[in-house]
This record gives sequence, structure tokens and C-alpha cells, in this order.
Amino acid sequence: MTSPLPEFWQAEAQAQLALGEVVLAWLETDLDAQLRFSRGLLLLTDRRLLARESGGAWRTWTWHPNLKLERRDYAGVGHLELTDEASLLAAWRYTLGLDESARRLAQCFLERNAASSGGREPEPCAVENCPGCGLPLPAGQALCSACAIEANRPPSTWTLLRLWRFARPYRNQLTAGFLLTLASTAATLVPPYLTMPLMDDVLIPFQNGTPIEPGRVELYLGGLLAAALAAWALGWGKTYILARVSERIGADLRITTYQHLQSLSLEYFGGKRTGDLVARIGTETDRINVFLSLHLLDFATDLLMIGMTAAILLSINPWLALVTLLPLPFIIWMIHVVRDRLRHGFEQADRVWSEITSVLTDTIPGIRVVKAFAQEKREVQRFSDANARNLAVNDRVNTVWSLFAPSVTLLTEIGLLVVWIFGIWQVSQKAITVGVLAAFLAYISRFYGRLDSMSRIVSVTQKAAAGAKRILDILDQASSVPEAANPVHPGRIEGAIAVRNAGFRYGNRTVLSGIDLAIAPGEMIGLVGQSGSGKSTLVNLICRFYDVAQGAILVDGTDIRSFPIGEYRRNIGLVLQEPFLFFGTIAENIAYGRPEASREDIVAAARAAHAHEFILRLPHGYDSLAGERGQALSGGERQRISIARALLIDPRILILDEATSSVDTETELEIQAALENLVRGRTTIAIAHRLSTLRRADRLVVMERGKIVEVGRHDDLLEKQGAYYRLYQAQTKQLEGEEDHA
Amino acid sequence: MPEFELARNAFGRLVLKNDAGVHEGVVPVRAFPVTAPGEGVALVSAQGRELAWIASLEGLPGAARILLEEALRDREFMPEILRLVSVSGNAAPCEWKVKTDRGETAFTLKSEDDIRRISPSALILTDSHGVNFLIKNPADLDRHSKKLLGRFL
Repeated sequence: MTSPLPEFWQAEAQAQLALGEVVLAWLETDLDAQLRFSRGLLLLTDRRLLARESGGAWRTWTWHPNLKLERRDYAGVGHLELTDEASLLAAWRYTLGLDESARRLAQCFLERNAASSGGREPEPCAVENCPGCGLPLPAGQALCSACAIEANRPPSTWTLLRLWRFARPYRNQLTAGFLLTLASTAATLVPPYLTMPLMDDVLIPFQNGTPIEPGRVELYLGGLLAAALAAWALGWGKTYILARVSERIGADLRITTYQHLQSLSLEYFGGKRTGDLVARIGTETDRINVFLSLHLLDFATDLLMIGMTAAILLSINPWLALVTLLPLPFIIWMIHVVRDRLRHGFEQADRVWSEITSVLTDTIPGIRVVKAFAQEKREVQRFSDANARNLAVNDRVNTVWSLFAPSVTLLTEIGLLVVWIFGIWQVSQKAITVGVLAAFLAYISRFYGRLDSMSRIVSVTQKAAAGAKRILDILDQASSVPEAANPVHPGRIEGAIAVRNAGFRYGNRTVLSGIDLAIAPGEMIGLVGQSGSGKSTLVNLICRFYDVAQGAILVDGTDIRSFPIGEYRRNIGLVLQEPFLFFGTIAENIAYGRPEASREDIVAAARAAHAHEFILRLPHGYDSLAGERGQALSGGERQRISIARALLIDPRILILDEATSSVDTETELEIQAALENLVRGRTTIAIAHRLSTLRRADRLVVMERGKIVEVGRHDDLLEKQGAYYRLYQAQTKQLEGEEDHA
Repeated sequence: MPEFELARNAFGRLVLKNDAGVHEGVVPVRAFPVTAPGEGVALVSAQGRELAWIASLEGLPGAARILLEEALRDREFMPEILRLVSVSGNAAPCEWKVKTDRGETAFTLKSEDDIRRISPSALILTDSHGVNFLIKNPADLDRHSKKLLGRFL
């Protein structure tokens, strides 16, 4: 059924409809002809197409077989154009968020046209709506992508509390730690209490001529010593337990974040800077860790102490206690005011900090380019700019921050002064003893001392909350290639691939649209086309590094979205243009996809990849280190290792993404020989810039600007004199040119 | 003087006539849409090939220029944010209500990384659907907007 019209339009639309006229589909557009934001409506009924722009009049077109409704998009704006055989009748525009609805409307229009030409009664077009926002859903998804994000929206405050799920497993230890904290805090409060009898029962009577009772003094002093010892032992216990727990929470947080990061799609990594991610997982988790083990613990202790002190003071003398506690709300208010300013400041400081690391991670790997173009100065300038921004942000934070701590100290001193004044007056009135005043002063000097350190909690909490938010950002990121709810286990697949009407978009740029392609098991397909024609994107979709935006990709007749990703990818071997070797031995690198492989298997794979011999020439053979800081290997050698890596997992589907592009012709021949072994009996998709490397392909697929334009064998395509012919001509000409020069 | 003629056909498509022939569905593209919108406009064929290069729109004869400006207006969509009305939270993802040069609208910002600095002053915000919003110079925004934006910079 069609979903109901938005309320905004209902009355007006109803007035337009004739009796018995049925709405088949509708689209609420959000842009007018000048691309200004305004609401418009397109209605498709069984009789006609109606449209209205806000403030404009209704326009209608009755059905006619020649009417065509086409959609296209560019730079974030979708266009729907209504044409007949002679001219453009009308055009509507919308932002891409409505693209799915527009697509459905156009689809419905097409069906309606087909139905009416066939003399059938058109039916309302089926629409499945997102439970979140009511917009039509892309097929097979429970929530539209926009709503999936909304559902994960983090609350803006109390971010730190969301870390509770990491603390849950340790709640017993945490409880023990809390009880110890309680006991140790209580122990530290005994000494000031003992000053009262020491003063009133020992010192003042002595001043008035009464001799000191040694037994009594010993009792009090013993109490002091015992309290100190108890506080020491309990403090040690609580710090030990809680530091252990927080270290473990930090470790869990780190591993969970990394684990989640690994599960995210390439799309996520494409939009992130390495330095930033490294900083988040490294520095931020550590910061949270320190916060939990040190600052939060101190803060909890302080809070307990304030609570207990307040209780004791009130029990001794309620009036004096009230005066003593007077500045407390004021200080709390001050902390609250500063909180907001500081949080933004610290978040800013964090972001600028990752900007600094990003400059480093940009330039250090690209150092050859920097030096080749003699841009060292500029890079230093870039770094110094980031550095200056860091300085500026921190200066701003520090302005607020530096005022904060001294203000607390000032309040402390004033508080003490108030207690002195009130205390002396009370003593003179004989309302309290000197001992009580001494005890109060002893208590509150501790009390205010802690307030001072407590004020530090504001900044560290803000920093930790900012860090927590940046980590939760990663954790909240839903993978754009989600695991299926009811997975179908692929096992070992046959290798039949069917791409059906697949489309994909990076941001607002359509990269692929309307791709249809069926590949038989064991067939070798060569993908050709200019760079930017969407070859690599198509391959990325088949590997499920991204999910198609529309259409579907089926392997052995099942949508690849219903396979568990890991099990599906185990069937795919990938050889890239720039093979990446991890730091480790060559054997480990070959066995990367199957770590349990035996040495015989590894050697066999290396032999088949024509890598065995050069590996043996290395000083430590298969145990030589490769990757960053490892053995220097040539491009061809690295490529053959990566071919061996793909061979070892014995994949059913093989993907060669420009596997021979970055090496010279001679090396290419060697790699070709290695590839022959790899390709045999597997469904292969090879992307190659040099058309000559695809001569073994069963079929060539020619792509142009995100569409398949030709499919066929080399000879047939040449005969056709189409796109492939042009590509081929261009390359042969180039080769001849090179030979002429030689 | 340009060595081509421009016209619009009944389907609303631009048609370019030059020595090489007639091209239907020609599209004007600005080379520097943000930093120098008035300079460097290419006329590109439906197949994505460059057919003509116009160094400056100023130098064009009136009719062609009007046609081109119309076509550019129809294609270009980067609303410039003039004022931030409200932002739903301190952290992305959040909902932004903004006033732009093309009217008021709201969008979802997926992450802080979708705010990109493209020149020392200008920022581009990309919403959850890939629509780009421009802030020419954050320093020119009013106090309220600056404060809201400041949370994310």
C-alpha cells in the first residue's frame, strides 16, 4: 500500500483528486526550481500526474504512453524530468535524502505506463517504509541509513556513564574497593576528632594548673597512631584494588574499540585520518584509564570525606558546622559554571592535537614526495600552523583554568576566616570549648584542602569525557556493511556471481549505476575502462568492502549481504596493485589468510607464485623479515608474495586489481606466469590497465563512467569498433610510439 | 570570442555547436566552485569530455552568458549557511537547523569529520545524505552561530 500523505498536504491534495481517483505514489520534494528549500508535492494517481510547488498552482498531466519520467542526480541534487516525445514538460528537484522515494516514484511511473499500454488496471506501488522516519526503505534493510545513525545518537552529557558497561564485569572488586575507601576515609577522620579531648581534657586543664594524666595522654596518642596505621593499610588496599580494576577496564576498552574498528567497512576508514584513529585508541583509552584509577578514585574519597566530615561537624555543633559549610554551595556553583567552558576547550584541544598527529602521519610516509618537490619548509610550516593552533586553543582554555584554582584557594582562606571569627565569638560566649574550635579548624583545613584538589576533577573529568566521547564515536559507528540478522552460511562457494542493477555512490557522487553482469563459475572476466570508470568500485562491491546502494550482488544465487562477512571473504582471494606486507617473516606474510598452514603448503604456494627461488636467495629464506623495517623487496617480489598469499587460501573467487600495473614488462611476465597458476579453475575478475595482460580472459567487460558499455571477447569487441576498440587503439598507438622512440 | 554557439533545446538541454560538430546535453562545470567561481568554466559533453574552456564568465556575450548562468544555477547546489538556528547536541551525530542563502533547512551531521576546511577560512559541512553546505567565513557569522559552531571546531 501507499503510505499516507504528509499531513501538510492532505487537505489540499484531497481537494484536487476526483471521486474514485486512487493515489499510486507520491513524493514530497524539498527544493524549488531555483534550488531554494521549499516544499512541493508530486502525486501519481491512476489517472494522471499532479504537481504543486509551495505557493504555486497545481499542474496536471494525464496519462499518455509517450510520457517519460526520468531521474538523475548531481552534486547532492536529484532531478526528476517529465518529457514527452517533443520536449521537456516539467522538472522537479530534491535533495538526495529523498532519492529513494524519487526512484520509487519513477519506477511506479514506469510500471503504470507499462500497465496502461498493456490495458491493465494499475495497482498502487508497494512501498516499505522505514519505521524511524517513514521514508521508503532500500530493499532488505530494517532501518534506513539516516535512521540507523539517529538510533545510535549518543547523549550529549553523561558520556562517561556509558562506559559503565566496561566496568560491569568488575563490580565485585569495585564494591570491595568502595568499602575500603569508606573505611580508610573514616580512619583519616579520627585524628582531628581526638584533638578535641586532647585540647579540652589535657592541655587547657594543664594551663589552668591541673597536672597531665599520663594514662589518658597515652590513650589519645595511641589512638592517633592506630588511626594513622589503619588509614595507611586501608588506603594501600583500596588503591591497589581500584588501580588494578581500572587498568583492566582500560584494557577492555582498548581491545573492544580496536575490535570494533576492525569490523568497520572501508568506507569508514576512507573518511578518517590514520593519526586521528591512532590517537583515539592509544592516547584516549590511556587518559580514561588514568582518570578512572587516579582522579575518579580521589574524587570519590573526597566526596566521602566531605560527607563524613559534615556529619561529624554537625554532631559536634550544628551552628558552627553550618557556618563552616557555607562556602560549599558557592564553590560547587563555580565549578559548574566553569565546566561548560572547559569541556569545549578540551575537546577543541583534543581535535587540534590529532591535527598535529595527522600532519605527522601524512608527511612521514610521504617523505619521498616532500623531498622530491623540496617542500620541507612548507611541511614544517604546516606543522607549525597546527602547533600554533594548538597553542592558541590551550591558551584560551588556560585563561579560564588558571583563574579557577586560585579562586578556590581564596574561597578556602575566606572560609577559614569565617570559622575563626564565628568560633572566637562562640568561645567568648562560652557556647563552645577551645577544643571544639580546634577540632573544627583541623577538620576544615583538610576539608577545604580537598575542595581545592576536587576542583581539579572538573578538568580531568572533562578531558576524560571528551576522550570517552571520541572512543564512543568509534564504538557507535555502525558498520555500513552490517552482518545479516539471519545469516546463510556460504561454506565453499561455487563462484557464480550475478550483479543485478547495482548502483553505488561515494558521498553525493554516483560512481556506479545500473550494473548488470553474470559471471559463470571458473570464468575469467577482464574489467577494462579508463581510471575513474568504476572498475575498482565494482570489485569492492563484490568483495563487500562496501554495500550496494541499490540493486544486489548474488553469489551462487544468494545475496552476499546474507552471508556472514568473514565466511564469505574466505572464498575471495585479492591481489592488489600495491601489495601490502605486514611486519613479520615472509612465511607469516604468505600464511596471512591461513595462519595454520603447514610449511609444505607455504612453500608450495610460493613455488606456484614463482616466489620460491627469490625467497631462497634472501639471507634467512622464508624466515626473512618483510614489511616496514624488514627486508627490502622489489615491487615484483612483493607482488609474488601477495600472489602466494592469495593462492594459499585457495579462493573460489579471485580478484586481481591492477596486479601487474606497477612493475616493468619483464617482471610482469614473471608475475603473469605466477598468475596463470592462480587463475586456473577459479572465477576471476581482473582489472588491468594494459589490455595485453587480459588476453586470457573469457570475456571483457568495458566500463565507462560507472556503466557497463560493452561485454564480449577481445576479437568481437575489436570488430564492433566501439569503446573497447578506442581503448585498444589508443594503447597500441602508444606502444608503437614507444617503439619508435626506442 | 568563443568559437562555439550555445542554445537550449526543447528538452531543456544545452546544445553546443563548434567546428567539431553538434553536442547535445552539454554541461557547464566550474573548475573552482569555492575559491574562484567566476573563473574557469568548462563545457563538458554528456560523455564527460571537455569541449570548451571559458576563462572568465565576464568575457562572454550576453545571451550565452545568461544561458550558462542559468544552467550553472540549475546544477550547483551548495547552500551557504548564513546562520545556525540550533544544533541538537554537543557532539555528532546531531541535527542542525540552519538558515541558508536558499532558505531554512535542517540536516543531520554524521560526524565531526564531515566538517572540512577547504581554504584557510571556508568550511564545508557534509550532511548524512552527502549534501554540501558552505560556510564562507565562520568569523562573519553572528555570535550565536559562532558559539554553536565552536563546539565542533
